[in-house]
Amino acid sequence: MIARVRGTLSGGGGKTPYDRPLLAYLFILPGFAVYALFVLVPIVGTVRYSFYQWTGFSPPTFIGLDNYRALLKDDFFINALGNNFYFILFYTVLPILLGLFLTSLLARSRLRGMTIFRVGLFLPQVLSPVVVGIIWRWIFAHDGPINEFLAVVGLDGWVRPWLGDFDWAPRAAGAVGTWVEYGLCLVLFIAGVQAIEEDLYDAAKVDGANAAQQFRHITLPGLRQQILVAFVVTFIAALRVFGMVFVLTRGGPGQETQVVSMLIYDQAFRFRQAGYSTAMAVVLSVIIIGVSALALYGQGRRERGA
Amino acid sequence: MAEWVAELQMRVERGDGARLAREALIYLVLTAFLMIAVLPFVGIVLTALKTPADMAAGPFALPKEWQWRNFQAAWEGARFASYFRSSVIVVVPTVVISILLSTMSGYAFGMLRCPGENVLLLTILLGLTVPFEAIVIPLWKLMGTLGLRNTYWALILPQVALSFSFGTFWMRAHFKTMPRDLVDAAVVDGASQWGVLWRILFPLSRPALLSLTVLIFMWTWNEFFLVLVMVTGDMRTLPVGLAMLRGRYAADVSVLSAAAIIVALPVILVYFAFQRSFVRGMTSGALKG
Repeated sequence: MIARVRGTLSGGGGKTPYDRPLLAYLFILPGFAVYALFVLVPIVGTVRYSFYQWTGFSPPTFIGLDNYRALLKDDFFINALGNNFYFILFYTVLPILLGLFLTSLLARSRLRGMTIFRVGLFLPQVLSPVVVGIIWRWIFAHDGPINEFLAVVGLDGWVRPWLGDFDWAPRAAGAVGTWVEYGLCLVLFIAGVQAIEEDLYDAAKVDGANAAQQFRHITLPGLRQQILVAFVVTFIAALRVFGMVFVLTRGGPGQETQVVSMLIYDQAFRFRQAGYSTAMAVVLSVIIIGVSALALYGQGRRERGA
Repeated sequence: MAEWVAELQMRVERGDGARLAREALIYLVLTAFLMIAVLPFVGIVLTALKTPADMAAGPFALPKEWQWRNFQAAWEGARFASYFRSSVIVVVPTVVISILLSTMSGYAFGMLRCPGENVLLLTILLGLTVPFEAIVIPLWKLMGTLGLRNTYWALILPQVALSFSFGTFWMRAHFKTMPRDLVDAAVVDGASQWGVLWRILFPLSRPALLSLTVLIFMWTWNEFFLVLVMVTGDMRTLPVGLAMLRGRYAADVSVLSAAAIIVALPVILVYFAFQRSFVRGMTSGALKG
C-alpha cells in the first residue's frame, strides 16, 4: 500500500511515469523472452553462420571470411543485387514522383468521395505478394489483357510474352512494384498536406506566389517527413521482394529478374549452402538497416538544426 | 445526388466555371489511377467465374454464367480447405498473444519507469528494421532443435516475436497519450497497476488496439517466406498453398484465380470493414517506425 501511495506521489504531476522498476520488468518480460528467443538469438546465429561452411545439417566448419570473398566473385549474387537496386526505380522513385504529382494536382482541395479513392488506391497494399504475383502473371500472359488490348488497338507489333522476354521481364516485374506502392505514397502525402498550416498558404498568396511556387516552397518542404517515410518503406520493399517474384517469374527468364531473397532461399534450402546463404542475408540486412538508419538520422539532424 | 446537382448549377451560375473544370480534371485523373489500382483485381475475380469458352470473349467481358466450380476445384481439389484451416489456426493465436504481450510491454514503456528502459527499447526496435531473411536460417535450425519444425508453433512463435516488436512501439506511443489522472485516481482507490491496465486502460484503448489487431492479422495471414521454410503438406497456410498451386495448375487460369481470391478475400473483407484503422496503422505506424 505504501508503495502504491509513493507511486501515486511520484506520478502526481501527471507527467512523470510511475517508478516501479520490478513491475515494469515483469510486464516487459513475457514478450521480450519470446522476442529474444525467436528474433535476437537468430540474428546472432545468422552473423555467426556467415563465417562457417555449413550445409544446414552437418556440423559447421569455421572458414573466416571465405563466404564473403566468394560473394564478391559470385556473378549470380551481384546480378541479383543489381536487380534489387534496379527495382528501386520502380518501387521507390516512380511511386514517390507519381504521388507528388497527384498531390500537387489535388492541391488542398477537399473532394467528395475521398474515402472511396483512399480505399481503392490502398487496396494493392493489403494483398498478399503471392496474390499480386498471380494477378500480374495473368495480366502479362501471352493471351492476357495487355496483349489483347494491344491487338485490339492495332499495336500487334508490341504483343509479346512480357515475362518471358529478356528485355521486358525486369521492367514488367518492376511495374508491379509501382502498382503496389503508389497508393501508399499518395495516401501518405495527402495526409501530410492536410497537416500543413493554412496560414502558410495564405501568406504566400498575399505575397503573390502562384500554385507552382506554393507547391515548391510550402508543400514540398512540408512533406519532407512523409517523403522520407515513403522512401524508407518502399526502398525496404524493393530490396526484400520475394513472394511476388517467386510466383511471377521465379527469377527468369535466365537470371533477369533474380533477386537476393530468392538466392538466400535457394542456397539454403535447395543447394544446402546454409552458411553461404547467411552471408548473403548479412549483406542484404546491412544495406537495408544502413540506408534506413542514414535516412532517419539525416532527418533527425535537419530537424534539430531547424 | 439532387443536392449535388443543385449546388453544381448554382456554382455555374455564379461563374465558378474555372474551378469546376479544375475539379473535374482532378476527379478524372484520380479516377484513372483508382482504376489502375482496382481493375487488376476485378479482372481476376471475373476470370475465376469463367469457363474456358467465356475466356475467349476477352479478359473484362462478363461471364455468361457464373462458374462457382472453379472455387470448388480450388477448395476441394487443390486442398485449399486445409490451407484455410492452417491459416486460421496460425493467425488467431498469433494475434491474441501478440496483442496481450504488446499491451503489457507498451504499458510498461509508456507509463512506468525502470533502469535500462532505453536500451531495452532500442533492442526491440531492432526487430522493426531487421529483414526476415536475416533470421530465417537459424530459426529453421532452432525449430529443428526444439522439435517444432512442421508444427504450427514454428509459425506462431516467430510471428508473435516480430509482431511484439511493432506492437510494443505502437502501444507505448498510445499509452503516452492517455490521461494520467485516470491511472492516478484508480491507484488512489487501491487498484493495482495490473488492474488499472486491464480494467481501465485496455477498454479505453479500442481504436489503437483495433489498428494493431488488423495489421498483425494481415501480416500473419500474408506471410510467405516463414511458412515456405517451416512446414509442408496440409500444414501450409494459404499464400504458400497458392504458390505451390501455381506450379501444378499452370494451365488452368480460372482455378488459379479462384484460389487467389480465397487467399485475398478474408484480408479484403477485414480491410473494407476497418479501412480507417488499416490506413491509420500503416501510415502513422510507418511514420513512427
